[in-house]
Amino acid sequence: LAAWNGHAFEAKSVADVMKAFGAGAPAASNDVTLTAPDIAENGAVVPMGVATTLPNVKHMLILVEKNPSTLVAKFDTSDAVEPNFLTRAKMGQSSDVYAVAITNDGKAFFAKKEVKVTLGGCGG
Amino acid sequence: MSDPMRIRAQSQGGNAVVRVLMSHEMETGLRKDAAGKTVPAWHITEVTAMHNGKQVLAAEWGPAVAKNPFLQFTVKGAKAGDKIAISWKDNKGDTRTDEAVVT
Repeated sequence: LAAWNGHAFEAKSVADVMKAFGAGAPAASNDVTLTAPDIAENGAVVPMGVATTLPNVKHMLILVEKNPSTLVAKFDTSDAVEPNFLTRAKMGQSSDVYAVAITNDGKAFFAKKEVKVTLGGCGG
Repeated sequence: MSDPMRIRAQSQGGNAVVRVLMSHEMETGLRKDAAGKTVPAWHITEVTAMHNGKQVLAAEWGPAVAKNPFLQFTVKGAKAGDKIAISWKDNKGDTRTDEAVVT
């Protein structure tokens, strides 16, 4: 198991998460796919997925911009798995959600979508 | 110890689609209890997957992953009878590993 990158999970913005992974400013890309609903009725359980058709991808991230910590999850891809991951996240409020693919040479590509939350997921 | 994970691995077009449901509180550390005291963070930080003993996936999670986390991914070239093992570790150092056979 790799050491948990607590630093990246403390980041409060998309730019800070990119810095934590040593990646440059992300560029919008049609080769990255974000799966998320338009409206989440319950912010405690929001299905989200990240997929890409780009080659040489090292990390795949799911980010929720307005959460207390922007980074939700990081997946390290390998030759043995499809670069396609689905999970469920919490969202405190309506926010832009990002799917990011970081390549071996530190370039970042993203897809984003606004997800409206009608009931927050942080117990507040 | 926490409850076992529910893992389903189904072969599909030469690959195996793995769906995992873990049993974990995933406490963010931001919530307050009835007495107004902050509930300490308690969440899964690391997840790994093995295919027949070889690591194929590593993930790091923050507290924003939903309670009782769900994960779906696809293992290339995995066929019926292969073993898929999933491990997680949380920020209190607790760990759990469960295994399933591809069907």
